[in-house]
Amino acid sequence: MTVFTRRAVAMTGAAAAVSLTLTACGSGGGSGPDTDSLVISANAIAGGKNEQEAKWIEEWVIPNFVEHKKEKDDVDVDVSFDASGVDDEQYKTKLALDLQGGSGPDIMNLDGIWIGEFAQAGYIKPLTEVVTQADFWEGWDQIPEAVQKLGSFENERYGIPAGTDGRVLFYNKDLFEQAGLDREWQPESWDELIEAAEALAGIDGVTPVQLNAGTAMGEATTMQGFLPLLAGAGEHIWDKGKWRGESDAVTDTLGLYETIFSDGLGDPLLQQEAQGRDKSFEQFAEGRIGILLEGDYFWRSVVHPELGIAPMEDRDEVVGYAKIPAIAPGKGIHGQDYASMSGGSARVVNPETDSPELAFELLTFMNSDEALKALLEGEARITARTDTNADVLADDPMLTFVADEVLPITAYRPGLAEYTRVSTLLQEATASVVSGNSAQDVAASYRDKLEGVVGGAGNITN
Amino acid sequence: MNGSKGRPLAGAPAGRTDRSDAAGLGRGRAAGFVAPAMLLIVAFLLFPALWTVYLGLTDYQLTGFAAANPQVVGLENYDRALSDDRFSNSLVLTLQFVLGSAVLGQAVLGFAIAWLMRNRVGALRRTVEALVLLAWILPSSVITFLWIALLDRDGGTLNALLNTPGTAWLLEYPMVSIIVFNIWKGAAFSMMLYAAALGNVPPSHLETARLAGAGTFQQLRDVVFPRIKGHVLTNLLLISLWTFNDFTPFLLTAGGPENRTEIMPVFIYRIALESGELGFGAAISVLMLLINLVIALVYMRLLRQRKDAST
Amino acid sequence: MTSHPDHAAVPSASDAAPVAVATTPSGPPPPDAEHRRREAQRAAGRAGARKAVAGIGFYTFVSLVLAFFSLPLLWLAVAPFDANPGLSASLPEFTLQNFRVLWDNPYAMRSLGNSVILAGGTGLLVVAFAALAAYALSRVRLPGRDMLLYVLLLLSSIVTGTAAMVPLFNLATELRLIDSQLGVILVLSGGLLPSAIFILKDFMDGTPRSYEESARVFGASPFQIMRDIVVPVVRPGLATIGVWSVAQVWGNFLIPFLLLRSPDQYPAAVVMYTFYTEGGQANLALISTFSLLYSVPVILMFLFVSSRYGFRFHGGIKR
Repeated sequence: MTVFTRRAVAMTGAAAAVSLTLTACGSGGGSGPDTDSLVISANAIAGGKNEQEAKWIEEWVIPNFVEHKKEKDDVDVDVSFDASGVDDEQYKTKLALDLQGGSGPDIMNLDGIWIGEFAQAGYIKPLTEVVTQADFWEGWDQIPEAVQKLGSFENERYGIPAGTDGRVLFYNKDLFEQAGLDREWQPESWDELIEAAEALAGIDGVTPVQLNAGTAMGEATTMQGFLPLLAGAGEHIWDKGKWRGESDAVTDTLGLYETIFSDGLGDPLLQQEAQGRDKSFEQFAEGRIGILLEGDYFWRSVVHPELGIAPMEDRDEVVGYAKIPAIAPGKGIHGQDYASMSGGSARVVNPETDSPELAFELLTFMNSDEALKALLEGEARITARTDTNADVLADDPMLTFVADEVLPITAYRPGLAEYTRVSTLLQEATASVVSGNSAQDVAASYRDKLEGVVGGAGNITN
Repeated sequence: MNGSKGRPLAGAPAGRTDRSDAAGLGRGRAAGFVAPAMLLIVAFLLFPALWTVYLGLTDYQLTGFAAANPQVVGLENYDRALSDDRFSNSLVLTLQFVLGSAVLGQAVLGFAIAWLMRNRVGALRRTVEALVLLAWILPSSVITFLWIALLDRDGGTLNALLNTPGTAWLLEYPMVSIIVFNIWKGAAFSMMLYAAALGNVPPSHLETARLAGAGTFQQLRDVVFPRIKGHVLTNLLLISLWTFNDFTPFLLTAGGPENRTEIMPVFIYRIALESGELGFGAAISVLMLLINLVIALVYMRLLRQRKDAST
Repeated sequence: MTSHPDHAAVPSASDAAPVAVATTPSGPPPPDAEHRRREAQRAAGRAGARKAVAGIGFYTFVSLVLAFFSLPLLWLAVAPFDANPGLSASLPEFTLQNFRVLWDNPYAMRSLGNSVILAGGTGLLVVAFAALAAYALSRVRLPGRDMLLYVLLLLSSIVTGTAAMVPLFNLATELRLIDSQLGVILVLSGGLLPSAIFILKDFMDGTPRSYEESARVFGASPFQIMRDIVVPVVRPGLATIGVWSVAQVWGNFLIPFLLLRSPDQYPAAVVMYTFYTEGGQANLALISTFSLLYSVPVILMFLFVSSRYGFRFHGGIKR
């Protein structure tokens, strides 16, 4: 990529010179030579997206770190925050553009699934290559091995996981009762899931199951739909260096979509709407959806009685949650009875930073128990740290449920550059099933398209 | 050079340049006048455009191995695009979109408004024009929200008006929806242009035709159209190309459902930004440019024919 | 990402076809006076009926047009004042709370100012540079003029697409234009100029040259002629281009987003996209209210220009 840049300069010639003079009054941009300066970037902005994180960085992290450095080493540091708050894809593009040009923030928040592709592009490097002290941070002991995968690629740590989550089946206990079902529910197989849905189908104006599908839902289709089900059918989408093609588990998973949507147990239109996921939240909150596969985010930020965007005052009484069953007991990945998927983000140090040691110090500062508690401000949310979780989740049975029951059986997505495109193919495949094609046919055409995306049949296994 | 020549005789057949250089600019000073604009254009348009053409010959991606080590792959991207169903799908959709919303929709509606309002003055005309123009100048992010609200399945204004509850317009009639949307958004330009054009048609000619018993259609065909043919073609060319490159429908349908509204600018956006395949995206941009060129050439040919026919 | 500045090629179509007035068939000569009288009566009756039908048709059409163009705008008028806005434009529970929330938002109000800077700067630059260039191109035949314009116009469709973001970004980086509003203005101007020059050149072609000639006789310099004679004549054209440029910049998301770093500099088009929550749900209350605030400046500009110059192409873009 630097090749491009250099060629650009050579080719621009006169134009560049002229523009440079025009720019003289533009922002020079610059780190003062006297004090070390650091820039933090995250897809968060005060008054908008991920406001809590933005405020935490601006009002807690920065002043406290500056003070901490002053007290500890008597040095002045200048830390600033580049707020964003846009679509994740746009945020990612902007970061990638910065990094390919050799600039960018010193510390940045990356979605776990970007780690691999950024690493392959050479935009980020294993922490040990950037910072000599990387392995000696005491916080590593508090982050479970499984969760560290979130910030790792090919068994190298690239960043510190910021937090994680887990996916479950949420259900409306009132509707269950109305349909003659038990208020406490834990399906043990896909058949039991379908049975419950059929019972719910008897209630007028209620969509029994909302299973995300289609491209409009984007990654929500893959993460809150296809992948956890696939794990329940016994397979990872990427295993031993190969992508899954037209395997039995893939066909079975698409078959579950077929069952749900061809029997009218799901709402096929909702899947296609650009705001479909928001709508599914609204409808669940209004008691118009029986069962919804979602992450714990749904519990703490959507139907939360005060903070939610589709608040449910009686959330604690009405909203139930159950682990996602395997297709049949013992048939999930690793012979599990249940399955889930997790995601999350990690904070990474820019290898091009002028002061890597200082940046790493700030990074660890941001991931200390104290800092994470300040971020949560008493709110219950699953963090990467066990010690923090033990304190902050104590009062929330749902999140404790996820931390204790779901995280041990969860799986992460492969952090590879191809993943995004494979994910799109999976979304298209579900859309195709929802619109009436058979699971068999769709699985076959998915496999054909997969070849073009992952570089040939050699990278595919059944 | 022409400064020394003085004014040529009126009606002199040659020396069109000199005759039109009324202010005595001369080529040197004219170049000076053009220079600032040219500098900006060369730096921020020509140069990036050529660079994009070059990117189209590589497998460059925003992330992954291909970002670290891009390779020149020649025409592979073009090969891939031309054999890609998604590309041909988006080309067909784009042509439908252009034909439906620009050539038929905006041009006809814009003309109809301009024609019916041509002799009107006062509040009615001002209101109509203001509303039409408002749709044109409001930011696209705002108007797409307005249309999402209008067409919404549950509480949408349109369903309430037509008494068609639960109709998901953007899903059941996605292409029609974005075509109507674009007519709404862009009719103003045609209206303004035709209003100006109709001003050039002498009212006396229309009056003569009317007295001779010509109906509206005949008047349009025999009196109006021959005089504004040039405007019509220019307008069609402009709005065709603008519509061809219009990205706004993405904000309404995101290219969905199932790529059924994935017109070319949306296709490129998704390739370049969502998949990060910048080399491939650049190649498609170049293909789009070539299609634009074909459209432009067709219209220019029609214009030339008109000129030949009239002389 | 919103509203890429549209660019397109326009044929220069230098000559208008002076098409002869259509030869409408004239009626046959009336045989006698009596017949003529009856014919006239009948014609008058027919005309009256036709007029009535035409009147009804006219008002029906106008009502439809008004409904079509105002219907989508309803939501903009209602939702900002609704305590609990959904996607339906009906029966609001009146509130001004949304405005208060925006007022307290650290970036919302400032972003409108930033938009004014970006749009105003680009508008001025485009109008000034395009006017100079269009005037010169209109009055002096520079070699390869028409070809050049076509090529630039077509190329501009590439640059406004997403695929050119890496070249534009790297160029801006090398020129140290990252996180600079000037950078955004220059990049956007470069993309808008070809279309602006093209449209303005048509305006210039259509203005009479005799004044310029007399001014020259009295010893005015070309620049004085341009400023004192040409500009006043083509003012409606300049206004139209100005409005057009401002509207293009006002809605542009991608370029400012990619080139600016500090949120203090973000224009409204970028800030509007931050009113989402973690899962990507639109915060309708804030978005609708902000949409209204975001639209007000362009509406004011429109009203100003239209009252001042009668927003239309006054014979511009002639042929």
